[in-house]
Amino acid sequence: MKLKHIVTGAAAAIALATAAFAQDGEPVKVAFVYVGPKDDGGWSQQHHLMALEMVEHFGEQVEFSYLESVPEAESERVFTQLALAGNDIIFATSFGYMDPMLAAAEKFPDVKFEHATGYKTADNMANYAARFYEGRAIMGHIAGRMTETDRIGYIASFPVPEVLRGMSSAYIHAKKANPDVEMTVVWLGTWFDPPRESDATQAMIDQGIDVILAHTDSTAPLQTMEASGEEVWGFGQAADMIQFAPEPRLSSIIDDWAPYYIERVQAVIDGTWETGATWDGIAEGMVGIGEFSEAMPEEVRAEAQALMDSIVSGEYHPFTGPINKQDGSVWLAEGEVADDGTLLGMDFVVEGLNVDIPN
Amino acid sequence: MDLSAISPTLLVFALIVASTPILLAALGELVAERAGVLNLGVEGMMITGAICGFAAAFETGSPMLGFLAAAVGGAALSLVFGFLTQVLLSNQVATGLALTLFGLGLAAMLGQPYSGQSVPATPRLDLGPVNDIPFIGRVVFGHDWVVYFSLALAAAVWGFMKYSRAGLILRAVGENHDAAHALGYPVVAIRIAAIAFGGACAGLGGAYISLVRVPSWTEGMTAGAGWIALAIVVFGAWRAGRVVIGAYLFGGVTVLQLNLQAAGIAIPGEILSMSPYLITILVLVIISADRSRAALNAPAALGRTFHASS
Repeated sequence: MKLKHIVTGAAAAIALATAAFAQDGEPVKVAFVYVGPKDDGGWSQQHHLMALEMVEHFGEQVEFSYLESVPEAESERVFTQLALAGNDIIFATSFGYMDPMLAAAEKFPDVKFEHATGYKTADNMANYAARFYEGRAIMGHIAGRMTETDRIGYIASFPVPEVLRGMSSAYIHAKKANPDVEMTVVWLGTWFDPPRESDATQAMIDQGIDVILAHTDSTAPLQTMEASGEEVWGFGQAADMIQFAPEPRLSSIIDDWAPYYIERVQAVIDGTWETGATWDGIAEGMVGIGEFSEAMPEEVRAEAQALMDSIVSGEYHPFTGPINKQDGSVWLAEGEVADDGTLLGMDFVVEGLNVDIPN
Repeated sequence: MDLSAISPTLLVFALIVASTPILLAALGELVAERAGVLNLGVEGMMITGAICGFAAAFETGSPMLGFLAAAVGGAALSLVFGFLTQVLLSNQVATGLALTLFGLGLAAMLGQPYSGQSVPATPRLDLGPVNDIPFIGRVVFGHDWVVYFSLALAAAVWGFMKYSRAGLILRAVGENHDAAHALGYPVVAIRIAAIAFGGACAGLGGAYISLVRVPSWTEGMTAGAGWIALAIVVFGAWRAGRVVIGAYLFGGVTVLQLNLQAAGIAIPGEILSMSPYLITILVLVIISADRSRAALNAPAALGRTFHASS
């Protein structure tokens, strides 16, 4: 008990010292690591813009730096370097950075680490993610309603929980909206490769798929849909991608990280930073839903809005039973709602979704 | 599991679109390597061409001017390499790698104002009723001019190397620069010209990605195509015809694997994703099995520095 007091006291003293330090005009050093270029038009760009918003909020209180296009396999060295460079808090924005960051966090107990879209934490490493599957549910519903050929496509990167959740959620809601719908998944094995994203989109269009959900980082899929001259639909991913509205972009899932970034950096300045896992959705504002395009019939827009409202109010959870796993075994019984633990570590997809999950 | 969902017409059409950037870049590199210059900066020149082409097409509204600017941009960057390696006699491998890094950075900087913008489409050949012929109408006559240009260029490179005196001189420079120099040929000037040609072709290939294949500008968008082009030159044993086959094979496997996935064929994704590279390696192994022949094909002075005094 005594020891604990001492330790807590010491921790508080250190925290106070750090806080005082920060207020003395010594800026808090914040670093961001992106998996793609900061101008990819989607995922990494959104993180970067939100980071800049955070920087603007704090002004001279923070010293900001970033590294872009950092390969996941090389990231531990990068985190180590950033920690050695005296950064107080380091944000890493790709699933594949999880284990490298954990290793770096062990080496630098005084540095705060923040990892996006993973599920592991440590005393000095927090994780944060957004409930994109809520957005995917709405996009899936729209896809099911808008397809003429009853075939929708999903351009997937890696079989990580976020992607498996996304495609499952999209599929469940497309199927509810249109029982005849079939979903085709193409794995690219990369988050960012515009020519391949384009080729995959073109391959889907060529085979009669007319609504395509992309789970990669660039605008290439929408660009290809627009250039194809065919009646095909897509969605903004990570960023609004409003430049492709009203056609082919029907709506979008927008990542709004700024409030979280501001809150966490503020905590470092105040010396109150604690590890944790944050997983916010549409209701909290971390997931934004882009304006519904006029290309959608009035009733589809209304349905999408209603679905969104029910998710926001907490009345409906996109993973509500009965839902079976792909192998036919029961995952959620009638009325049962998926728990966050299972969702965060999801390594399967739902029944009816015809996809081979690469290992 | 429905193979009939894959339309051969659209598949072959997509294959040609996917192959053209690599083909253009590989043809340029082929000429440079035949002159004895190993320029590993193809990726950097491609991405520079991609942004120069995109920017020019965006500002002028003309894809044609875009391609022209891409060729000029790629050639200009390659001349940096030419100056360093031919005049200052720097190491070609190191300089080429530096050129790639420099090109990627330069393109990212030039491209700042252009991400998220759109350019006018490059028109496809319109021959009226001819385009309505099944298969042939689309696959043979339905492309944009760059595709035909790339094939014509392949034929021209082949003819140049095989039948022209200038081609013979270029090959002589690549095989034995000292002998060529003794005969009075301007080795350095010929090599710089070959490097500039390689740069212009790489620039065109990059612009094909940013103006036709994607079409948009995104940082790092060539995503390694330049390295593939380098491999295709070796794959094609420094011959224009085989380079065409190599580029189309690579583009074909890339597109085919995406189509197979979209058709729901149950092949593990990783195998499909690595298949283009696997097949490239496989063919390389097969063609290099006969060592004496493989060695005969490679230009003897490839990558070696030339100085008139030596």
